[in-house]
Amino acid sequence: MAELVQQLINGVSVGAMYALIAIGYTLVYGVLRFINFAHSDVFMAGAYAGLHVGQRMGGGSWAGGLVAMLAAMAACAGLGIVIERLAYKPLRERSKLTVLITAIGVSMLLQNLGQLVFGATPVAFPETLPATTFTAGGVVVSSKDMVVVGFTVALLGALEFVVLRTKVGTAMRAVAHNHQAAALMGIPTNRIISVTFGLGSALAAAAGFLWAYKFPRVDPYLGVMPGLTAFVAAVLGGIGNITGAALGGLLLGVIETLVKGSRWSTWTEAVTFVLLILVLLFRPAGLLGRAQAEKV
Amino acid sequence: MLEVVQLTAGYGGIEALHGISFDVRPGEIVTLIGANGAGKSTTLRAISGLIRARSGEIRFKGRSIANLPPHEIVGLGLAHVPEGRMVFSNLTVMENLRMGAYLQRDKAAIASTLGQVFDIFPRLRERERQSAGTLSGGEQQMLAIGRALMGRPRFLMLDEPSLGIAPLLVKSIFEQIVRINRDQGLAILLVEQNANLALRVSQRGHVLETGRITLSAPAGSLLADPAVRKAYLGGH
Ligand SMILES: Nc1ncnc2c1ncn2[C@@H]1O[C@H](COP(=O)(O)OP(=O)(O)O)[C@@H](O)[C@H]1O
Ligand SMILES: [Mg+2]
Repeated sequence: MAELVQQLINGVSVGAMYALIAIGYTLVYGVLRFINFAHSDVFMAGAYAGLHVGQRMGGGSWAGGLVAMLAAMAACAGLGIVIERLAYKPLRERSKLTVLITAIGVSMLLQNLGQLVFGATPVAFPETLPATTFTAGGVVVSSKDMVVVGFTVALLGALEFVVLRTKVGTAMRAVAHNHQAAALMGIPTNRIISVTFGLGSALAAAAGFLWAYKFPRVDPYLGVMPGLTAFVAAVLGGIGNITGAALGGLLLGVIETLVKGSRWSTWTEAVTFVLLILVLLFRPAGLLGRAQAEKV
Repeated sequence: MLEVVQLTAGYGGIEALHGISFDVRPGEIVTLIGANGAGKSTTLRAISGLIRARSGEIRFKGRSIANLPPHEIVGLGLAHVPEGRMVFSNLTVMENLRMGAYLQRDKAAIASTLGQVFDIFPRLRERERQSAGTLSGGEQQMLAIGRALMGRPRFLMLDEPSLGIAPLLVKSIFEQIVRINRDQGLAILLVEQNANLALRVSQRGHVLETGRITLSAPAGSLLADPAVRKAYLGGH
């Protein structure tokens, strides 16, 4: 029983980070209708940015850790905006397939750049935030998991506020619904697309930072598996649906951790993709997505 | 107010407008009539910047606006209510209206414009918190027009406002269009299938045939013209 609780805590913590990444896929899909495969490498860049700022902050303090995370988020928001401007914006009128292939290219470019700049060998992530473990009713709880979940809840709350309550968030939803109609309202659609990339990338960077905090080892391919899983989470929740992406991430985190702790642990990654296939077969719009006619 | 000179525009390999010229004067309602596919919507899209003007000139209040981005054209006071309404069905009625005022900075002015829009279309006030996707076709058209008015335009282009709407609502929407024109002195360019109704509220009309303007005349003489009656007014 204690072990199950422990695994659930672990699963929720991993799932929270998947949720943060998945929201970036879903936000970008919302405004541009394509999967930004370079998103997982922005997550990796976030971890490295957190590492480098964290080292300079001389780790283990709340203020220092928070500064490192916010710096990583800001840097990656910029990175996301630059990627969109340079790689995707020139292709606005082209087919979705062209953009998708470009995204895969950008992903590989970022991984290679990561190798070039940070080196190919994994490096240890410093103790950026204070961490302890405590025992409650036979369950060993790491404060890291509580930090991960707490930060995620705060970030999701902030995102919900931006998307639902602010003018720029409303404009994001308007652009997601119809670019032309949004432009006819005077909404500068390209600027809103930039904001969307910035937001999604900042969340991916926060996830990258938290991931490296929980699993303190960073390499240029860090984003590949979490990114893929979060992509599945976004599809699972209904691509384009923010709440769905968050729930999908949480669900996959828990399922993955439970499978990993069982005797079928070698099947962990397969389970994620079996879920993807099942969803695509039986509920292509995702768990929360409404079947929606593709716009012409 | 608006001058279009030798405008050509199209889609990919097709040219849909072959050098059209016409104008709309301040305070006027002008109708653009033409068969399905003649290029009426294309004309409006080129004016509001949704598609490129390939050649020719578009002047608004004396200033060239050809190929400015649409959000800048809106900022100059030119509003376009597109065919099919295109309300944001995922947003509430109020959010739609607020998006219409996206470029407006003055909070008090926004509130007073909102009051005017609710005055013109009281139904929108009743449905304020409702998602726009749950409105009827007629109510969506009211919202589309109201949303455009939130930007305090000086010139309004309406593409087929009666399309797919119950006849009773069409009558009421047209009364409001006339009222907006009269009370606010707003110039209006109207594209209508229902050419009869549109010409009755217009001062002038332009006839568009497969991408060319073939006739420009006062609305009264178009209504009386046997050829026009035969082609567009279902008359004899
Ligand atoms: N998005 C588009 N892509 C390609 N061709 C188009 C598009 N929209 C309209 N057309 C073509 O342009 C011409 C003019 O269309 P349109 O302006 O919509 O006519 P109208 O509004 O008078 O019915 C038609 O031949 C139509 O087939
Ligand atoms: Mg049309």
